[in-house]
Amino acid sequence: MSNLSVDHLLGIKYLTTSDIELIFKTADNFKKIINQPIKKVPSLRDITIANLFFENSTRTKLSFELAEKRLSADVINFSSASSSVTKGETLLDTVNNILAMKVDIVVMRHPNPGASVFLSRNIDAKIVNAGDGTHEHPTQALLDSYSIREKYGEVKGKKIVIIGDILHSRVALSNIYCLQKLGAEVRVCGPSSLMPKHLEALNVLHFSDIKEALNWCDVANVLRIQLERQEVNYFPSLREYAMVYGINKKMLDNLEKEITIMHPGPINRGVELSSDVADSKHSIILDQVENGVAIRMAVIYLLAGKIKNN
Amino acid sequence: MLKERELLNKQEIEITIERLCRQLIENHNDFENTVIIGVQPRGTLLSNRVISKLKTLVSETNIQSGNVDISFYRDDLMRRDEPIIPQEMDMDLSVEGKNVVLIDDVLFTGRSIRSAIDALMTFGRPNSVELLTLIDRRYSRHLPIQPNYVGRTIDALESEKVVVEWEEFNGSDRILMRKSE
Repeated sequence: MSNLSVDHLLGIKYLTTSDIELIFKTADNFKKIINQPIKKVPSLRDITIANLFFENSTRTKLSFELAEKRLSADVINFSSASSSVTKGETLLDTVNNILAMKVDIVVMRHPNPGASVFLSRNIDAKIVNAGDGTHEHPTQALLDSYSIREKYGEVKGKKIVIIGDILHSRVALSNIYCLQKLGAEVRVCGPSSLMPKHLEALNVLHFSDIKEALNWCDVANVLRIQLERQEVNYFPSLREYAMVYGINKKMLDNLEKEITIMHPGPINRGVELSSDVADSKHSIILDQVENGVAIRMAVIYLLAGKIKNN
Repeated sequence: MLKERELLNKQEIEITIERLCRQLIENHNDFENTVIIGVQPRGTLLSNRVISKLKTLVSETNIQSGNVDISFYRDDLMRRDEPIIPQEMDMDLSVEGKNVVLIDDVLFTGRSIRSAIDALMTFGRPNSVELLTLIDRRYSRHLPIQPNYVGRTIDALESEKVVVEWEEFNGSDRILMRKSE
């Protein structure tokens, strides 16, 4: 099997199907490793990784940090709230200063779409996009598809509906690219006001009725309503959203087949998912979190393999 | 142009494996506290042969075995052009307090064995670790590692390649020395 076709993980859009399969195959091995008595491997002993988080994150940051540490890399963390960014430093200056300390890989989350692409063109380090604004969140999409592959054996031919705030969601866009590249059929569901204009160009159909969507799908990937990104009101109230688009146990029990519920977290219990659904046997939400570490180990390991230290 | 020379044929390989097995029996008796570990990917093929031969020679024995994948324990991740594609780590056992026999087909620089020992140690602290190899390319070690059980010792130039072919993959068992001119 050949190497990754890319030097950075900027988005799923830039990956080939065989890149994704290589990442999955590598993640299979790491999943075994993180279930061993000793969960650490010495692969990246001489690598330094900077985690730059210009936007809040708990899960993704912890997951990346754990992945890096289990690969034995040296890790430095940075979050914009406690840094000189608040003193007016530009992104490039911040990063160049960090790179002057000999960093090999940069994992970055940033509120501006395209921030990681910009960085990859201007600095000499491998970049992993950990979410750039409303654009892409590639490792989340990889771990979502990986979890579907784990549950069903393969992603190809599966019907996946992404429910919620598609307009502001980088998870949705990356998921659509990833699932389509792996041969799944993807549709979205949610209020029309939260649907992006480019849905047709992505070849994705839209359900307005949640029951119809759940009846169609094998897997429902439910997203959080991102109130922090909504500059105007896209729907009357959270309560109304929960009534129209919230998923509860009764709805799942009324379906003719058993479907799988996924959620990238954090869950707003009682809004997009009721507690009895989030904690039910339908849900693979905690498997997603475990797989997240394995996927991130695979991505970092494969990118590190492209650093040349001759 | 490729120049090939046969080092061992099918029958010689069979005789060699049988001799190695008898040496193992001499040191490990009924294999009660012994674990046989193949080094992925090529060592596992030899390890399977050794185990099935041992089963014919030692009666009523359940030999514990596993395979280690050394990909994540190597020291050349950033020093090579091709990616290291990990193989299956098949270790559903602990090596704590066991006498481990590591098996690989060709011993060359010793770096793979160093990685394999590191990988092995993540599954417990073995009582002892021995090394069995079909071909020992002597005078080419980068590390102070020596085998305990050797099929055939050979002298080969750095540019020469020892190729071990197995019936399962290549149609017949044989070991070749290949030299490109």
